[in-house]
Amino acid sequence: MIRVRGLNKWFGDHHVLHDVDLDVARGEVVVVIGPSGSGKSTLCRCLNRLEAADSGEVLVDGVPVPAEGRALARLRADVGMVFQNFNLFQHKTVLENVMLAPMKVRGVSRAEAERTAHELLARVGIAEQAGKQPARLSGGQQQRAAIARALAMRPKVMLFDEPTSALDPEMVGEVLDVMTGLAADGMTMVVVTHEMGFARRAADRVVFMDGGRIVETGEPNAFFDSPRTDRARDFLAKVLTH
Amino acid sequence: MSALLDHLPEFWQGLVVTLQMTAASFAGAAVVGLVIVAMRVGPVPVLRAVATVYVETLQNLPLLVLLVLAVFGLPEIGLKAGLTTTAIVVIALYEGAYIAEALRSGVNAISAGQGEAARALGLTFGQSLRHVVLPQALRTVVQPIGNIFIALTMNTSLAAAVGVVELTAAANRVNLLEAQPIPIFVGAGLAYAAIAACAGFVTGRLERRLAVAR
Repeated sequence: MIRVRGLNKWFGDHHVLHDVDLDVARGEVVVVIGPSGSGKSTLCRCLNRLEAADSGEVLVDGVPVPAEGRALARLRADVGMVFQNFNLFQHKTVLENVMLAPMKVRGVSRAEAERTAHELLARVGIAEQAGKQPARLSGGQQQRAAIARALAMRPKVMLFDEPTSALDPEMVGEVLDVMTGLAADGMTMVVVTHEMGFARRAADRVVFMDGGRIVETGEPNAFFDSPRTDRARDFLAKVLTH
Repeated sequence: MSALLDHLPEFWQGLVVTLQMTAASFAGAAVVGLVIVAMRVGPVPVLRAVATVYVETLQNLPLLVLLVLAVFGLPEIGLKAGLTTTAIVVIALYEGAYIAEALRSGVNAISAGQGEAARALGLTFGQSLRHVVLPQALRTVVQPIGNIFIALTMNTSLAAAVGVVELTAAANRVNLLEAQPIPIFVGAGLAYAAIAACAGFVTGRLERRLAVAR
């Protein structure tokens, strides 16, 4: 579904992505972990070209991601994205947030967009928040609304860029539950996260990044129980001791 | 005082012209401002450059120079239009640059994540500007745009210098007959102040009504 070859990205002198190759199969859940500044968020943002790579290629469903314009917009419509800071449209209600893109991008009628939006909000457990402005919701509710908004486009793949990092600890679970449900339903997912429990439970494959490179990749149980590289062992020792 | 009351029809005529010019040139300036800001924050380098040059040029020239240039220069190159129409167009183009800058500061005040989220959903740049970024940007710049409206109202009086008989020119004409500058120009000034006060009232109301919880 996603194929990344030889991806390189610099921010000024800083080489954030170093010859990154990655394949994500249809229905696969790939969790990307690694220390801060390892390039995992940048990799995620390169997949729908919110960040443009300096070299290398990204293919989604066999098609190279277009550089710009309407072709790029069409591709992005099929790739859902969930951000660390939710990024719900502040001037619209939760329901309108979910309805906007299907109406403007897919040309769905208002009535149908509204029906789908209500269904999706119910699916993520916030049906009763539909009429509120985003700022009136808790962080966990906002993130679930953002997931519903992405799902409304019926994406082929969902990207999650640290979806729980801005949440109070008590709200992390409700968002991860929704994501686990999506994974169980067969959604293709790329998840950048620090939630090791989620990685172990929901991932088909864990990708460990450090210093802009993919250092190690493997099945979650094998990776967490017996990492092959020193760098991964080191990282896991730090994050799993608490 | 009688100088004012005896010439109410002339004042009224002038005020009507001032109101017409204000409304028409503000509408024009709003359109110009929207187009220029869309070019200026957009992804196309050529359009960005054109919009920047436009804003810098029009902001750095006095409106009176532009008015005189248009009124006397345009007929030279074969473009003829009524005085009032010419003045409205020039004021709209001039104030459009200021509206574009106010809108741009509003766009910059909106977090980059809003535009990113819109584009990630498949909205084109134009759609994300129209449905997500500008509606929020506008809400943050209601007050500065109200100020531009007031400045524009005052600036219509410069059209008097190129022969448009709006409120200031009307007052001037009455004063030539009556030679009582204080009541006459205080009266005209009060009319401008009333327009400005209405604008202030409306922007205050709008600002409260459009407030978005963040």
